[in-house]
Amino acid sequence: MSGETVILRAEGIARKFGSLEVARDISLALPVGARHALIGPNGAGKTTLINLITGSLKPDAGRITLDGQDVTALAAAERVRRGLTRTFQINTLFPGLTPIESVLLAVCERKREAGQFWRRLTSHAEAVDEAFAILRQLHLEEVATRETRHLAYGQQRLLEIALALATRPKVLLLDEPAAGVPKDESAALFSVIAALPADMAVLFIEHDMNLVFKFASRITVLVSGAVLVEAEPEAIRADPRVREVYLGSVGDQHAELRR
Amino acid sequence: MRTERAISGPAATWLKKRNRISTVEIAFWLTTLLPFVLFPSYLSLASQIAIAALFALSVDLVLGYAGIITLGHAMFFGLGAYAAAVLAKHGWGEPLTGLLAAALIAGVAGFVTSFIIVRVQHLALIMITLGLGLLTYELANSFSSITGGTDGLSVEIWPVLGIFDFDLWGYTAYGYALAALFIGVLAARRIVNSSFGLALTGIRENSARMPAIGSVYRVHLQKIYVISASMAGVAGALLAETTGTVSLDTLSFQRSADVVVMLILGGTGRLYGGIIGAIIFLVARDRLSDLNPQYWYFWIGLLLMAIVLVMPGGVLGGLARLFQRNAK
Repeated sequence: MSGETVILRAEGIARKFGSLEVARDISLALPVGARHALIGPNGAGKTTLINLITGSLKPDAGRITLDGQDVTALAAAERVRRGLTRTFQINTLFPGLTPIESVLLAVCERKREAGQFWRRLTSHAEAVDEAFAILRQLHLEEVATRETRHLAYGQQRLLEIALALATRPKVLLLDEPAAGVPKDESAALFSVIAALPADMAVLFIEHDMNLVFKFASRITVLVSGAVLVEAEPEAIRADPRVREVYLGSVGDQHAELRR
Repeated sequence: MRTERAISGPAATWLKKRNRISTVEIAFWLTTLLPFVLFPSYLSLASQIAIAALFALSVDLVLGYAGIITLGHAMFFGLGAYAAAVLAKHGWGEPLTGLLAAALIAGVAGFVTSFIIVRVQHLALIMITLGLGLLTYELANSFSSITGGTDGLSVEIWPVLGIFDFDLWGYTAYGYALAALFIGVLAARRIVNSSFGLALTGIRENSARMPAIGSVYRVHLQKIYVISASMAGVAGALLAETTGTVSLDTLSFQRSADVVVMLILGGTGRLYGGIIGAIIFLVARDRLSDLNPQYWYFWIGLLLMAIVLVMPGGVLGGLARLFQRNAK
């Protein structure tokens, strides 16, 4: 891994909820263009780690650097402005807005144009074009003007990603992008993720091992708030400790792991 | 920097159409001219309605669009009223400068209080706005050398633009208030149809997502709070100028509560909801207090409950739903 530029680095991240350690000395480094999977049994602290990295939660200890700059003390919105963006496991969208409005809002925020109350929305021509291009990229152009609450669930999952892309992230953290999506559709969703720009580092949480092994070039296994192992997919597949964790908790995932 | 080049595509067309002025709107504004010819004896009521509507519009900007619940907006209404009246008391009765002074003072008060407002939510927010309102009321009461205390102030206002004297019938008063309301609606319309208006709707729809799209949304909230406070101040100044008096009543909790009731009756987040609500509320008060001056709030209470239960989106929300159903 030498030679590759690290874009996101988390060092010694720790966090306690009362006496429960939800993150224990977690370190992680994503090079530019990474496709990194974060796996582990339920309650391992995967979403918590994303919350800690993106600033939704404050770590008790540890340091997060983005593109060489320490962002540990920055608010979530400020991290997004610097290129560290996430999506949510549970849809966190604007139900009463249409996809074009939602993505346009995100684009305007990125361009620092969202506070301009004296300009007509349609005068932000570049932003409108860009928002529509993002929707097209995610196959949402047909439903661009339909209220988000009326979209099919799979389309809402895509909109989650569209909103994140509008911030032009250098690092994108996807919290179970295919959560709740039927198996046949989740492959299509991951093909969208696979088509993301090659210089964007992507960290994703996913339970379907087939998708993990197909799309990840590196995998971190998290157990009880700590990193069990981090390695390339082949090594993870062969690792007896990983098998044990999955056998101990969820049997059928163990079967998938062997395939 | 500014790109005014035309956008195209179905989504762009939809965005443009979204904010088009409708024939209903034009018809509505033509109707507002009717009192001049049809009901000249109700001109003073009509100007009360126009003023209350502007006040309700200012509340709609924060409550309906940005989701800030307030029960203390009379604070800004009253500050505006006193700003214009005190200015006139000290020998400058020019009405337009009065409005400007009101907008400025209420805006500054809005800016100062906005730092607290954006830090609290839900019940705490209601209590903070309520508290600020009560505070301002008692401050005005105790500084009676400036405000006239419980007696209030009676002032001389110069003709509008140096031409239109405030007449007994209320022609000038209504024309003046209506013009101010019209400009207020145009301004509010521009604001809610901007990217800023979109951001406000985003905050109302799901404030949890806003940081994740890189939005430091407290700044947006502060901005709309200041704009709304200024507008409420102008409404207050209009009342002081058209009636030539100002009293503590402009700062009262009752006024803060009434304006929210008007807005909810008419429908929040729709620009015209406050106007419709003001018409219903004040016409009802006028009619009902003729019948029974003491208990007319009984009927307002009943009306409010009926509308909230039957038409959760207010009168305009109910009409919009009816219209959509027929269109399908």
